[in-house]
Amino acid sequence: MDALMTWLEARLADNSIFTLQTLGYYGEGLVTTVQLVFLSLIIGLVLAVPLAIGRGSTYRWVSLPIFLYCYVFRGTPLLVQLYLIYYGVVFVEGIQETWLWVILEEPFVPALIAFTLNTAAYTTEIFRGAIKSTDRGEIEAARAYGMSKGLMLRRIVLPSAFRRALPAYGNEVIFMLHASAIASVVTIMDLTGAARFVYARFYAPFDAFLFVAAIYLCLTFAILYLFRYLERRLLAHLKPASG
Amino acid sequence: MIDLHGYGPRLFEGAMITIQLGVLSLALAIVLGLLTASAKMSRSWVAHRIGTLYTTIIRGVPDLVLMMLLFFGGQIGINQITDALYNHFGIDIFINVNEFVAGVLTIGLIFGAYMGETFRGAFLAVDSGQIEAGRAYGMNQWLVFRRIRFPQMMRHAIPGLSNNWMVLLKTTALVSVIGLSDMVRVAAEASKATREPFTFMIIVAAIYLLIASVSEWGFARLQKRYNVGYREAD
Repeated sequence: MDALMTWLEARLADNSIFTLQTLGYYGEGLVTTVQLVFLSLIIGLVLAVPLAIGRGSTYRWVSLPIFLYCYVFRGTPLLVQLYLIYYGVVFVEGIQETWLWVILEEPFVPALIAFTLNTAAYTTEIFRGAIKSTDRGEIEAARAYGMSKGLMLRRIVLPSAFRRALPAYGNEVIFMLHASAIASVVTIMDLTGAARFVYARFYAPFDAFLFVAAIYLCLTFAILYLFRYLERRLLAHLKPASG
Repeated sequence: MIDLHGYGPRLFEGAMITIQLGVLSLALAIVLGLLTASAKMSRSWVAHRIGTLYTTIIRGVPDLVLMMLLFFGGQIGINQITDALYNHFGIDIFINVNEFVAGVLTIGLIFGAYMGETFRGAFLAVDSGQIEAGRAYGMNQWLVFRRIRFPQMMRHAIPGLSNNWMVLLKTTALVSVIGLSDMVRVAAEASKATREPFTFMIIVAAIYLLIASVSEWGFARLQKRYNVGYREAD
């Protein structure tokens, strides 16, 4: 590790912008971005599964609120949702005195809430589409076996729906990565936040933003290839017979 | 009634800026998208490569980063060019990057890449026999494009176009970060000043939903128009 550091230091010796210190900011920014995106995607995924099932419910008092939630969160910009939650939390009367303030003081938590609610709405729609396109024959066969609704959902509908949702979900993951750049607006030092800091300090927009753009590009390609691999593995049965 | 603390007129102006920004960048994105689609389908190796590079890079980088790069970098880049012009040729001009123009150019550039993919798919869906028939009538390439390929391509492109527009509309909110007074920025300022974030943000959210609903209706009508001659399956 020390050898790597000295090597890196020698490389950067005559570079006034990309010093070990600024690279450190980018490194911390990368960690924050990955944490924010990963956590919101995981929580959003967990929320989306029951919501997608409820969205297709025949009871209107179940499906209608979920429809409205998805409609509102998919129809308005994430930035507006972030502002609403960020300022909304800060300006609630007396919140500074309660124990909640300890976790809400950091802008990370409001941002996480906004991102999670946003991605859950999109993921719900993706899953709903996948559940709806389940082959009727499979459902009839499950009924004929005398499966209960829950068992049918667990054994037949959901496993195949998850596979069918995979390509669209991959797009959603990339979309979330790109949307997370907005976190820098509420003073979070994510990747974009680090780039804005470096830009402001050295007044070097090309260096600061092109570097961060390259990092995002690499992350995007990594996600893209991960999902291509998963699709190849999990959707092998859907491929045309002769490739 | 809702008390807007006198921010009503500014919020309305902001909404107008959002709509203008959205429509102008959509127009730019459509032009760029048609060019990109042609480049990607062209037989020229260079054009194909340039088209692919453009769509790959734009779609792999967050909108906000591109916007900041073009907005903050654009002014420095232009200054360097005008400085060089002055030093070498004695031409003295000063160009100031306007936030609105920068916003339209960035959003147009970003969505040109998405539109390119939409149009490419739609152009490929047009039956090649149609194009051959047009050529057989002695139409030149431009006439074939205008009378045959474009109208039939649009039928396939409208669902994607409508999708892109919805995303574009939401992306316009980002210009508030680079300093343009669109409705999100006005609402953010008002929230801080009055300490009533819910009032202003919910109004802005409602305006976005309204614009989205109206455009959904518009696209449905457009779809009907381009579907003339094709019966929908019952």
